[in-house]
Amino acid sequence: MLRICGTGRVASALATIGLLAATGAATAQTIRIDGSSTVFPITEAVAEEFQKSTKGKVKVTVGISGTGGGFKKFCRGETDASNASRPISKSEIEDCRKNGVSFIEMPVAFDALSVVVHPKNTWLKQISIDELKRMWEPAAQGKITRWNQVNPAWPDRAIKLFGAGTDSGTFDYFTEAVTGKSKSSRGDFTASEDDNVLVQGISRDVDAIGFFGFAYYAENRDKLRSLPISWKGGAGVQPSMDTVLNGTYQPLSRPIFIYVKADSAKRPEVRSFLEFFNKNADKLIREVKYVPLPAVAYTDNAAAVAKMRTGTKFGGENLVGVTIEQLMKLEAKN
Amino acid sequence: MNPGSMSSRTEVDQAHIRALVTSGKRKQLLFAIAGLTCTMIALLTLLAAFLQLLIDGLPRLSWDFLTNFPSRHATQAGILSAWVGSAMVMVVTMLAAVPVGVGAAVYLEEYAPRNWLTDLIEINVTNLAGVPSIVYGLLALGLFVYQFGFGESVLSAGLTLALLILPIIIVSTREALRTIPGNIREGAYAMGATRWQMVSNHLLPYSTGGILTGVILGMAEAIGQTAPIICIGALTFIAFLPDSPFGGSPPFINFSWLFSEFTVLPIQMYNWVSRPDKAFQLNAAAAGVILLAMTLLMNGLAIYIRYTVRKKIKW
Repeated sequence: MLRICGTGRVASALATIGLLAATGAATAQTIRIDGSSTVFPITEAVAEEFQKSTKGKVKVTVGISGTGGGFKKFCRGETDASNASRPISKSEIEDCRKNGVSFIEMPVAFDALSVVVHPKNTWLKQISIDELKRMWEPAAQGKITRWNQVNPAWPDRAIKLFGAGTDSGTFDYFTEAVTGKSKSSRGDFTASEDDNVLVQGISRDVDAIGFFGFAYYAENRDKLRSLPISWKGGAGVQPSMDTVLNGTYQPLSRPIFIYVKADSAKRPEVRSFLEFFNKNADKLIREVKYVPLPAVAYTDNAAAVAKMRTGTKFGGENLVGVTIEQLMKLEAKN
Repeated sequence: MNPGSMSSRTEVDQAHIRALVTSGKRKQLLFAIAGLTCTMIALLTLLAAFLQLLIDGLPRLSWDFLTNFPSRHATQAGILSAWVGSAMVMVVTMLAAVPVGVGAAVYLEEYAPRNWLTDLIEINVTNLAGVPSIVYGLLALGLFVYQFGFGESVLSAGLTLALLILPIIIVSTREALRTIPGNIREGAYAMGATRWQMVSNHLLPYSTGGILTGVILGMAEAIGQTAPIICIGALTFIAFLPDSPFGGSPPFINFSWLFSEFTVLPIQMYNWVSRPDKAFQLNAAAAGVILLAMTLLMNGLAIYIRYTVRKKIKW
């Protein structure tokens, strides 16, 4: 008898758990955000301040599944917003459409992809996009292994390449800007999703060259030297907040985004979160070392949320070399 | 046959034996030194790593560090959500893995007939121990998160890690059961005990020490896991706690924490390590110290239980 009671109790406990599982999924008041680790510091800063301002009534969670991983969850309808370090792609738009997820696109900041070398590198004063292309294009794999193969003026020493992991939006953008095609790159380089690993690698090798987001360069100025980038025969431009703002640091300035599920944006707590975001973006984004957009961009974002203006302005493409002004002028395509 | 030649032969033999003994002793000493060196290399590396962690992390360790939520300001950031998440996941893991693991081991060791099916199960259990942890994460994502609808929750994470450490618990429990002399089993049967009575009254209590060792090893492995937990969707920034398992009103216990979002210490550490701001590296070191402390605490508890249980065994 006793044993039957025991199993009965277990069964009822299991039933309770099952019931809770059903209700647990529908808990309101939690805003779920996932996606790019590049955008993470921005969303985290806003989430932190927002939760303080609501005294914990609204919960915000932020994950780092990467831009692609974030969109997978977002298009299945599992998250309320997705951080992205590139515009949503065609296949992701299609996924979202299939699952009935429509979205509002909010460009939130600019990031300057920095190309860096060891401080003791004597031969590089600047680098052109063409030279970067010769170094990174798929055809270079196994062939371009020495500096003088890229430019005869450079020494006969081995090149050590360091770059972002192939799942990251950073890799997608860099390859698009440099080789002309997203994800088209040689495969024989040291790749890491963890930018600090790249910082360590480059700071220990005079022959190294690599790329990552500006924030990581800014924190490691004592160990690394960033290269002025020359594009289409122009003069070399150093990455900095000013050169990004005035549009001269091209084509490695990239807009970064937050995509918000339209259905979620109807919920009052999500709405107030987005309001808070667009109101405090400038200050918080500077704090985490990204380049904020002009104030008009955030008013535009707020209007997009208010009017439920869905779709992307990029048509599933990764636009390379857009300045902040051009970004503002883009019209909705989708 | 003269005594002289005989004594000289014994002398030769003695000298030979002495030489053998000396060379044997020398070899023994050499091996002891080699063994000690290996142990020291392992231990000193560990100690150096731990000291480095301690030196980096100690200045950040404070009550605030344990009771603050993560923050973008390194000096205000804490690990409250991370250590609470780790603790909750560990509770689920233990509650799931220990009964299932011990049950499976008892079945395989005491009940299972010797046939191809048992062999198949045994081969699988052994192989499961070698499966990379990320594979468990993928499996759990499909099964627990989507199929069973547990979501990206403490429950999913706990069950995933339970699967991961199940082989460790099964194997160590079986080892423990095998060390119990056969006459204990026969004695129990001779007194008219059923197989279940024999198992529950004798085998399980006597093998508690060995079982606990397996549980410790498993839990220590589980608490440091990052990959499968990220796979099932643990979060990186989470500034609230799951509901308390103990409520102030009847029925006093609630299960909603099982379905809460969560993060765990290794993920918090990973996130901090990968940040540009160097101050966060110190936070990561401090979180590492806490993680080690939690592991040591679990081990200490298990060793204490093992000690008290062993004292009660009267044979």
